[in-house]
Amino acid sequence: MNDVAQQFKWVGTRPIRPDGVPKVTGRALFGADLAMPGMLVGAILRSPHAHARIRSIDTSKAAALPGVKAVVTSADFPEQKFEYVGPERVAMNFWHMTRNIMAREKVLYEGHAVAAVAAISKAVADEALSRISVDYEVLPHVIDVDEAMRPEAPLLFPDMITRGVDPAPTKPSNISKRIEYKLGDLEAGFAAADVIVEMKFKTAPVHQAYIEPHGCVARFDADGQGELWSSSQGHFVVRALTAQLLGMKIGDLRVYPAEIGGGFGGKTVVYIEPVATMLARKSGSPVKIVMSREDVFRASGPTSGSAMTVKIGVKKDGKIVAADGVFKYQAGAFPGSPVMNGCMCAFSPYDIPNARSVGYDVVCNRPKVAAYRAPGSPISAFAVESVLDVVAQKIGMDPLQMRLKNAARAGTQMLYGPKLAHNGYAETIEAILNHPGYKAPLKKNQGRGVASGYWFNAGGESSATVHVNEDGTVVVATGSPDIGGSRASMAIMAAETLGIDYNQVRPIVADTASVGYTHVTGGSRVTFATGIAVVEATKKVINELCARAAMTWKVDAEGVIWEDGHARPASSNVGDFAPLSLKEIAAKRGLTGGPIGAAAAVNPGGVAPGFATQFCDVEVDPETGKVTVLRFVAAQDVGRAIHPSYVEGQIQGGVTQGIGWALNEEYIYTPQGRLDNPGFLDYRIPVASDLPMIEAVLVEVPNPSHPYGAKGVGEVNIVPPMAAIANAIDRAIGRRLTELPMSPPKVLAAIDSGKGT
Amino acid sequence: MSKHHVSATINGEPAEFLCEPQQTLLDALRDELDLTGSKEGCSSGDCGACSVIVDGRVVCSCLMLAVEAEGRAIETIEGLARGSKLHPLQQKFLEHAALQCGFCTPGLLVAAKALLDRNPNPSETETRYWLAGNLCRCTGYDKVVRAVLDAAAELRGA
Repeated sequence: MNDVAQQFKWVGTRPIRPDGVPKVTGRALFGADLAMPGMLVGAILRSPHAHARIRSIDTSKAAALPGVKAVVTSADFPEQKFEYVGPERVAMNFWHMTRNIMAREKVLYEGHAVAAVAAISKAVADEALSRISVDYEVLPHVIDVDEAMRPEAPLLFPDMITRGVDPAPTKPSNISKRIEYKLGDLEAGFAAADVIVEMKFKTAPVHQAYIEPHGCVARFDADGQGELWSSSQGHFVVRALTAQLLGMKIGDLRVYPAEIGGGFGGKTVVYIEPVATMLARKSGSPVKIVMSREDVFRASGPTSGSAMTVKIGVKKDGKIVAADGVFKYQAGAFPGSPVMNGCMCAFSPYDIPNARSVGYDVVCNRPKVAAYRAPGSPISAFAVESVLDVVAQKIGMDPLQMRLKNAARAGTQMLYGPKLAHNGYAETIEAILNHPGYKAPLKKNQGRGVASGYWFNAGGESSATVHVNEDGTVVVATGSPDIGGSRASMAIMAAETLGIDYNQVRPIVADTASVGYTHVTGGSRVTFATGIAVVEATKKVINELCARAAMTWKVDAEGVIWEDGHARPASSNVGDFAPLSLKEIAAKRGLTGGPIGAAAAVNPGGVAPGFATQFCDVEVDPETGKVTVLRFVAAQDVGRAIHPSYVEGQIQGGVTQGIGWALNEEYIYTPQGRLDNPGFLDYRIPVASDLPMIEAVLVEVPNPSHPYGAKGVGEVNIVPPMAAIANAIDRAIGRRLTELPMSPPKVLAAIDSGKGT
Repeated sequence: MSKHHVSATINGEPAEFLCEPQQTLLDALRDELDLTGSKEGCSSGDCGACSVIVDGRVVCSCLMLAVEAEGRAIETIEGLARGSKLHPLQQKFLEHAALQCGFCTPGLLVAAKALLDRNPNPSETETRYWLAGNLCRCTGYDKVVRAVLDAAAELRGA
């Protein structure tokens, strides 16, 4: 954007990230890379059963093994109150959480932690685990969401009464919650429609599949003070959850952020941190726990599989008059699937006068789901965006033109309550419509599909401190773990605000004792919310710099302005003073009042949602059913790209995860409820040779609530790909696939059957 | 169980270490030699985060026993830069923003170096197939492939 280039010195440029060199030389320290003198190895015993009652656990033989320094079971952790806390969309229940990190009455999924040991070596720890005997009463299990909802299904919790139903059911079930959003008159809307399409969909559970397994080191001292080094998306949240689960005061636990090797939502919760801390407390020595890849697949947060029905009615001219969706999401072993998000996001790109979405949160014998990139939205969007494609074909309308006709804009009433406050969606559609590739010819067995997506994005609590060093360099500390280049964007925003060189700013991620509370790196919130904290702290520093200049010049502080990295007299009336640079003011700080620094703590409003529109070209091999993605173009409203390379990277990464979700990735269970593919060989994420270049189109509709116009960019890009690919397959071979993944056997079966699955 | 003594050349320097017979080369590098740049993502040879070059061939160090390193020349990510001068691959990864979290980056760089050592002018397709054993979940590989091709061009020109 030319005007941006003129307007800003650093925003919109692509400098090298400040944390880059250690990451290309192998020196960056991730969760598993930390070591301490006298450190023990922690290991966790996991359930071989999908569902079983724990009659007893005998750890005596493990504890007696030479070299074993501590053994932990759920009996070591305090019981927690049964209570949903926090906003409903992301509510937590510590009664559930303590049972997830260490099973109590029952194991609820294969891989569920039941005991842990700390020993002098991995070999001793593994030997100790083999000496723990657990007496299980194996129970019938259930995994599929439709089966889990049946009245005769095995119950995970004998007293679970569905929330959100009035009057409350009298019998327990696996349905934790029902939610419903309604707008307008659904019946009248469908009655007015010229074309109505209703379809059913299923999606397989998938994993975030970050390459770095969870890893941490815990230390606990005799004075009750603990320290944790952990690879997470939010060390303040790790501190809060770990302290609660151990019954510690938050102030007694300090958490340091290790570099994090990918999270995508899956490292916003705790699994091993409370266990390592408890082992450290019992043993008196530092304890390291690193999950194996199998542990990651079996016991950490995948996202939901689902079953859905979506019905959409349109007029002949393409106007959507009614939409109805029923979304059933697996929560895994404990309540809390992202189905509420799914219901809220499903129809949000569109201005639909009559709409309803109904969601069911269903427990089943799988690991409890954790957030995964725009949690919930990609699942419901797969259904909605597929139905829209069928509708567009039936009325003979270009699918993008139909979306444009119905696009939500600022002021559109949304199904879930508020009116949309920001534009940006229509602009993404136009970007794709105007892309030369959208009209390019295709060959036999090739097809082009489009889809769109919506994601809330988030604000939330963030803190930053900015300190000016005596030579004029600047340290920016925030509490946001950097997963994909956020230190670069923080440095850019600070440098821009100060009017100094990017390389004069050193951004760091500070530990929980060194900067104010900062919520997780998630919800695409960091560049927005933590960015606002950085800019506010920087502005305070600028005020201080102006005050120091005023003191030097012996004028009123109001008589000094900050411009292009210098304090200057606000007008000639103030006096004829040569501008003072940041470096000059910093050099004299001792004479003008001492160190120069400021902190800011924010919980900003004005979050702008993310919209994405994408098209892809695929080729289907009619002999094998294999789908090859030939081209992928992804437009997204990013507000304003602070560091465009990392914004493009978010889009390319999100699209690629979506391609994996669409074509390959799935949890496969044995009849006994055991995960049959807990490794990267059989849980196949996209590799380099599977893919073309992913073209990211940055649409910039600035967010007025952010000093540089930023909107969250991390997540919405994963929402459209599954439907875009399904729509492309349908247009390539005339087969509508409604189940994910659209792996070769399913595509081949669809070809052979003469219809979609 | 007694430990084995292993002598090898690591990043051009003679190195000796003791290891258990069942210990992998990856474990020995990380735990005995403090070379934690090689990462464990899967311990089954599927992710490539532990890639090292052994006698000129790229291998997953999680699939090789440490005792097998006896007498061999091993290159790890820690040996890619020459002192404080980055290898062109490292520089191009930074310039192209070819890393997000950076966890798979050491393995990708080592594998890419092995590629350019034997093929100084790879096509995009050759690069993609060569790197197919190195999983990256963040980037979608787009900028990774561009960085490798750009580094290859620079190395050819140098």
